[in-house]
Amino acid sequence: MVERKRYDNRLGFWGWLGGGRWGFERYVYTLHRVTGLGLLGYFLLHILLTTSRAFGEPAWTAWMDRVSGPVFRYVFEPLVFAAFVIHGMNGIRLILVELGFAVGKPEDPVYPYRTSLNKQRPLLVAVMIAAGVVLAIGGVDFFGMGH
Amino acid sequence: MKETRNWTWHIVAGAFIFVFLGLHMIVMHLDDVVGLFTSGVGATDWESVLGRSRMSFFAVTYVLLLGAALYHGLFGLRSILFESNVGRAWQKAINVLFWLGGLCLFAVGVFQAVTTFLHANAAVG
Repeated sequence: MVERKRYDNRLGFWGWLGGGRWGFERYVYTLHRVTGLGLLGYFLLHILLTTSRAFGEPAWTAWMDRVSGPVFRYVFEPLVFAAFVIHGMNGIRLILVELGFAVGKPEDPVYPYRTSLNKQRPLLVAVMIAAGVVLAIGGVDFFGMGH
Repeated sequence: MKETRNWTWHIVAGAFIFVFLGLHMIVMHLDDVVGLFTSGVGATDWESVLGRSRMSFFAVTYVLLLGAALYHGLFGLRSILFESNVGRAWQKAINVLFWLGGLCLFAVGVFQAVTTFLHANAAVG
């Protein structure tokens, strides 16, 4: 009998990084979660920071001065933008798949078997290309246009 | 059934966020390329902030976006935590903490949106 290597079914958070012969989709899943957590952390701070606008121009300007340095402008802001683009566009893909679009029609299991992932992959590739285009436009704004 | 309903709201909130956070990102982060609602200056300059704050559209969508994003984000984090097989007591604690935290942050966000909307329009009137 062939000895098969088995993996612990409870890899926990380490399982996000890898856990066997996972396809491209699994790493997009990890990217979706990491970007989601990053966006959530940023968003919670963003709510508190932007509250300063309720206290008038001096309070707003004082906060903006604190977060307008080169690290924020060239590192954090582009990261937040990239996280939104990747998470958002992949999220739309996930919604489409959840609703049954782009998964193909049911078919008889004829060898060589094809999984639903084979049908979904073109949508994933299209979404990633579209995300790349939007990121490039964002890059022009963040790093070009006189910055 | 309750979890299915929560998940459905998570998806609906996600689609809503994609549209309106997308608009927010275009206004705030692509201001050099697109230049929407920026009063001819930077998107975070006070003049631009005041200009947007006095518009009902931004006040209303800001509050809706705030609620949708808080729900979507906190439900997502809750799902991740629950997947790590936390016990029932922890699940209840997480639910209570996230609901209370989310409502507090929502209240803070609504306060700033309404206050700024009123101040901005009073300054014009």
